[in-house]
Amino acid sequence: MVLKAFFPTCCASADSGLLVGRWVPEQNSAVVLAVVHFPFIPIQVKELLAQVQKVSQVHVAVLGTWCHRQQEPKESLGHFLEGLGAIFSHDPWLQLCRERGTRFWSCKAYHQVSTTPDKSIEDQVMLIFYDQRKVLLSWLHPPTVLPDCQAGDTTASAGGLADIFDTVARSEVLFQNNQFDEGPVRLSHWQSEGVEASILVELTKQASGPVCLLLASLLSLLSAVSACRLWKLWPLSFIRRKLSTCEQLQHRLKHLSLIFSTQKAQSPTQLMKKANMLVSVLIDVALGLLLLSWLHNNNRIGQLANALVPVADRVAEELQHLLQWLMGAPAGLKMNRALDQVLGRFFLYHIHLWISYIHLMSPFIEHILWHVGLSACLGMTVALSILSDIIALLTFHIYCFYVYGARLYCLKIYGLSSLWRLFRGKKWNVLRQRVDSCSYDLDQLFIGTLLFTILVFLLPTTALYYLVFTLLRLLVVTVQGMIHLLVDLINSLPLYSLGLRLCRPYRLADKPPAL
Amino acid sequence: MEDERSFLDICGGPLTLRRRYYSSYCREFGLSSARLSLRSVTAVTCTVWLVAYGLFTLFENSMILSSAIFITILGLLGYLHFVKIDQETLLIIDSLGIQMTSSYASGKESTTFIEMDKVKDVIVNEAIYMKVIYYLCILLKDPVKPHEISQVVPVFQSTKPRLDCLIEVYRSCQEILARQKATSASP
Repeated sequence: MVLKAFFPTCCASADSGLLVGRWVPEQNSAVVLAVVHFPFIPIQVKELLAQVQKVSQVHVAVLGTWCHRQQEPKESLGHFLEGLGAIFSHDPWLQLCRERGTRFWSCKAYHQVSTTPDKSIEDQVMLIFYDQRKVLLSWLHPPTVLPDCQAGDTTASAGGLADIFDTVARSEVLFQNNQFDEGPVRLSHWQSEGVEASILVELTKQASGPVCLLLASLLSLLSAVSACRLWKLWPLSFIRRKLSTCEQLQHRLKHLSLIFSTQKAQSPTQLMKKANMLVSVLIDVALGLLLLSWLHNNNRIGQLANALVPVADRVAEELQHLLQWLMGAPAGLKMNRALDQVLGRFFLYHIHLWISYIHLMSPFIEHILWHVGLSACLGMTVALSILSDIIALLTFHIYCFYVYGARLYCLKIYGLSSLWRLFRGKKWNVLRQRVDSCSYDLDQLFIGTLLFTILVFLLPTTALYYLVFTLLRLLVVTVQGMIHLLVDLINSLPLYSLGLRLCRPYRLADKPPAL
Repeated sequence: MEDERSFLDICGGPLTLRRRYYSSYCREFGLSSARLSLRSVTAVTCTVWLVAYGLFTLFENSMILSSAIFITILGLLGYLHFVKIDQETLLIIDSLGIQMTSSYASGKESTTFIEMDKVKDVIVNEAIYMKVIYYLCILLKDPVKPHEISQVVPVFQSTKPRLDCLIEVYRSCQEILARQKATSASP
C-alpha cells in the first residue's frame, strides 16, 4: 500500500522542524498534528509527547522531519535532519521538504529493514492536506468500533478516514500551547497564533452554572407542586385532561427543566436537542409578547369582547334556523312529524338555555379576556391553546347535540340489529359470542316485528339528526385540530439546527452508519 | 499523462473524455458534455415572450410582461445553477477512495467521496429504457459484512456516455482496484 501522509494546511508555511503526530499502521498512514521548531532539547520533546499521550490517549510520536528551505539546498541542515532520525527512531521515518517560494515538495519515507540495519527501503508517499481548524470546529461522531474488538482497545477501529479525523479531534490538548506561552518547546499548528475563543461564549459558560442551578431549583419546586396529590381528585383531574392549556403548560415545564438541568449533555445529539428546545422557547415567548403588545394596543381586547356576544348570538340563530329546517321537510325528505317535533323542540330549548348563559356572562367577558390575554407572555403556544379551549367552551352546545344525536342513533341501531335477528328467527348467544337459531313464541314474534317496523320507519329522522350534528362537530374539531397543529409546529420545529445548517454547516455531522 | 478523445452519449450528443494518469495508483476521468447553445436559449426566450405578449394583448395587463421577464431570468439562472451539468469527473486513488465531482454551468461544484473500504467493485450494468443502455456504477459494501452489497452508486448520470466510453473507464478502474485488492490481501 502507498504510504499516506496527512499534513495540516496551516503548517505548509512553517519553519523547519520535527513532525509530530500519530502513525496508523492498519491504513499505512501518518497523521501529522504539529511541527516542533528548532531549537529544542530532545528530552523535553519526549516529555511533552508523553504528557499529551497520557491526557488524550492518542499515541503521539515524532514521525519525521520537515524542511522548509531557501532555493539553494543547505547541506548542513540536510545532514542535521538525517541525524535526528537516530535520536527519535520511528519506523517509517518521513522526510518532507519544500523549497521556499515554490510549489515543489519532496516526500520520502524510509523503512528500516530488520535484517540489515544500515539499509532502508524508500516507499511511495501520498501527501494529503487537511484543514485542522475545520476538523476541530466540526463536532464529529466518534468512529464506530467493530463488535469483535477487545473492550480495552482504544486505538483499534475499522473506521478508515473517520479514525484519522478522530485522532486530530482528540489531540486538543496538544493544540493548547501557542507561541505566547513560555514553554520549552515551540510548536506550530492551527492555534499557534493564539487560541480561538469568543468572549461572549466564555462569559455565558461561566454564568450558566449558577443561573442553571437557580432555575433548576425553581422548576423542580413547580413540578413538585403540579405533581401533588391534590390534582388527582375527581373534578380537577377531569378538567386537567380535557383542557389543552394544562397539557401545553406541562409540556413546556418539562422542556424548561430539561434545558436548565445541571447535567451537561452527554452527546452531540442531546446538546442539539437542548439547543433546539431553548430556541423554540425563546421564539415562543417573543411571539407571545408580540401578540400581547398587539392585543393591548388599541383596546383590541374591548373590541374582541364586544364582538364575542353578537357572534355567539349569530351562531345560535343559525342553529335555530337549521333546526327549523330539519323540523320541516329537509332536502325534500319526509320526516316523522311527531319525533321530529320532539327532537327539534328539545334542541331548541337547549339553545335557549345556552344563549341565556352567554348573556349572563357578558359583563365579565372583558375582564376574563384581559387576564387571559396576559398569559400570552408565557408563550404563543399557551395563547393558542387557550384559544382552542375557548372555542371548545363556546361550542359546547354543539358537542352536547352531537352526543344526544349519537346516543339516540346508537340505541336505534342496536335495537334494530337485535330485532332484525328476531325477525329471521335467530338470537345472539352471549356465552358463545355468535348468532344462534332460536324458536320464539308467537306473541314474542308479534311484538318484536311491530317494534322492528316502528324503528325502521323512524330511522331516517334519527339518522338525519345524527348526520347533521356529526358534521357540525367535525367542523369544530377541524378548527381545533388546526390550532393544535400550529402549536405542535412551534413546539417541535428544530430552528437551531436549521440556523446552524445555514450559517455553520460543518457543525452538523452526519449520523454514523448503524452496525 | 493526459489523453483526450471524443465519444457520443446515448442521445447522440457529443462528449469529450479527458483521461489523466497521475501515477500508477491515481487516475482521473473527466467527461464534458456540450455547453448551453445560444440557439436554444434564444428559442425558449422568444417563445416565452411571444406567449406573454399574446396574453398581454388579450388582458391588457402590463404585469404579464414584467413577470415574463422575471420568469425568463430566474428560470435561466436556476437552470444554469441547478440543472445544467457541464463536466463530470471521476478521480480514483488507490487505498484512499473514489471522488465524483459534477460542475454546473454556473460554476457550482458538488462532490461526493467514497472511501476505499466501502468500495466492493466497479461494474458496467445494463438497464432497459426504450432500448438497452449501459451505465457505470460503484458497488458499496458494509465493512462489517464484506460479502453483501449495501448500495449501488451510478456514475456519470447526466452525461450518460455510451458503452465504448464506459469500457475505457471501466478498464482503468479495474486495474487500480486489482492492485488495491492485491495489496490489501497481503498485509
